[in-house]
Amino acid sequence: MVVSSLINGIVLGSLYALIALGPSLLYGILRILDIANVAGLTLGAYTGLKVFGATHSLPAALVAAILASAAFGYLLQRFLYRPILGRGPLIPLIASIGVFIGMEEVFRLAFGPYPLDFPAPVPLPNVHVGGTVVTGVQLLILIVGVVVLVGTWYALRRTRLGLVWRATSQDRETASAMGINTGLVIATIFLIGYALAAISGVLLGVNYNTVYPTMGDIPAYKMLAIIVLGGLGNPLGTIAAAMLIGLVETFVVAYVGFVLPRDAIAFIVLIVILLVRPQGLLPGESFRS
Amino acid sequence: MSYLIVVGVTIVIYAILTVSLNIVVGYVGQPNLAQSAFFGIGAYFAAVFSTRYHVSFWWTIPLAFITAGAAGLLLGAISLRLREDFLAITTIGLNFVVVAVFQYVPFFGGAMGIYAIPLPSIAGHQFGNTTFLVVGLVMLAFVMVASKYLEHTWFGASLMAIRDDETAASSIGVPVASYKVVAFALSTAFAGMAGSLYAPFLSAVTPTSFGFTESVVILAMLIFGGLGTIRGAVLGALILGALPEAFRFISNYRLLTFGVILLLMLRFQPVGLVGDESVLVKLTRRSVATLQRQRRRSREPDPPSAAV
Repeated sequence: MVVSSLINGIVLGSLYALIALGPSLLYGILRILDIANVAGLTLGAYTGLKVFGATHSLPAALVAAILASAAFGYLLQRFLYRPILGRGPLIPLIASIGVFIGMEEVFRLAFGPYPLDFPAPVPLPNVHVGGTVVTGVQLLILIVGVVVLVGTWYALRRTRLGLVWRATSQDRETASAMGINTGLVIATIFLIGYALAAISGVLLGVNYNTVYPTMGDIPAYKMLAIIVLGGLGNPLGTIAAAMLIGLVETFVVAYVGFVLPRDAIAFIVLIVILLVRPQGLLPGESFRS
Repeated sequence: MSYLIVVGVTIVIYAILTVSLNIVVGYVGQPNLAQSAFFGIGAYFAAVFSTRYHVSFWWTIPLAFITAGAAGLLLGAISLRLREDFLAITTIGLNFVVVAVFQYVPFFGGAMGIYAIPLPSIAGHQFGNTTFLVVGLVMLAFVMVASKYLEHTWFGASLMAIRDDETAASSIGVPVASYKVVAFALSTAFAGMAGSLYAPFLSAVTPTSFGFTESVVILAMLIFGGLGTIRGAVLGALILGALPEAFRFISNYRLLTFGVILLLMLRFQPVGLVGDESVLVKLTRRSVATLQRQRRRSREPDPPSAAV
């Protein structure tokens, strides 16, 4: 029981980390809370579903989803965010909510309001651990999660892109004065952020075997809670917070019971944390001087 | 005709919500993406007390006002600790939590909501749609007059000073913290009052009517009309409230329309349609000034050279 809760919690945490990592990177560099990122998630899920229906190949579906979502993210930053960057944090946030809500309607019109199945067989066996079964899908989420998260850590800490990301997130103008093409950095981070959204969208769709227009709602607000909890714009803190929320949700539901739906837990944790420790659990890089 | 009156009541309720939201978002410059939750708190308390405890409509108005305002007081206290964008997402979360509470706590009737809310009566006559419209207009007038009055008080001026520069405001002696909290309480209390009208008007309340998207709709109306102005708030509610009714096809794409309008406004005209410094207002001001100049010129006597 404990082992299975632990495994469920970690799988859930990995999913949350994948969902929240993209927006966390974007926040780090632009100070914009990009709620529209979950529109990229839903777009990825639908693209993946359609391509899977045509090719019956999960890798092909994943690649198509990443391409579609990354293109969407690129257009968004080029024509929406860049022009309104200088207007404080609130206007871009409200604009991204506009995109989020508008895109849900677009999905509803394009693909219909009903949930669609995503019956992709995962080419991984079920594994027995300590008397419980880890399903193939869960294993896939864990593997993708570990690869992506370690890859992100490596990219941020050990590569030129990471250096440039950190420089730009500390001070965009100075970075630009030092010869960094900040426009290119922003575009790259958007491509990565939306590619991550597409991956999490496909994984969500396969895991729950369903894709529907408002599937981004719960990820959207949980991702916000996780980003704040992890110290805004701190990718490693985001991953830690995602694991924490995944585990807390699983264990509270399994052992304590809760009057409200489990999806409300993240926000109650968030409100308490904000009141007690407003800088988040691990303060972001931008908060260290 | 009666259909038009029903639409009218809906628009008036939206207008109360936008004018009240303007107090916090327009004057103090604090984000609030949970206005429909406070509207819901007002509506739910009015519904519960009128169906279960047979409290009359006229008493549910102050009840809704106070309960929503008390909840707003809590949000105001939270707002003190957070920067703008953190606060924005906290309000989003608050909206979800409030809807979840409506949905799962038996006191609020669960997922079914509360129905068969009795029609109010005035001087022995039951309310018709026209009565609802009149009462709604009176409420709207009250909120508008209160907002207008606020603009001219030391309190209102302080709120706008907080919006423009919080540090500067506190250095000249504005009690930033308590004023912010009071502004939140006032704004949400007005929204709750609108709820007390909404509940008997629809005769039923359900949790989903007060979701996050409704909050975005209210904010979109305010931004469309013009943040920080009462005329903008009312005009935004009027135009965007009437739009889906005037063009049937829009009501199918309501959220898409609102999302696109929001994006276009933020991108090209962030002060709104009739906000201060908006193209329309500037044009009006310029043409009024030109008219006055022309009138003055025509009234002036001919220059002396011509008189020779």
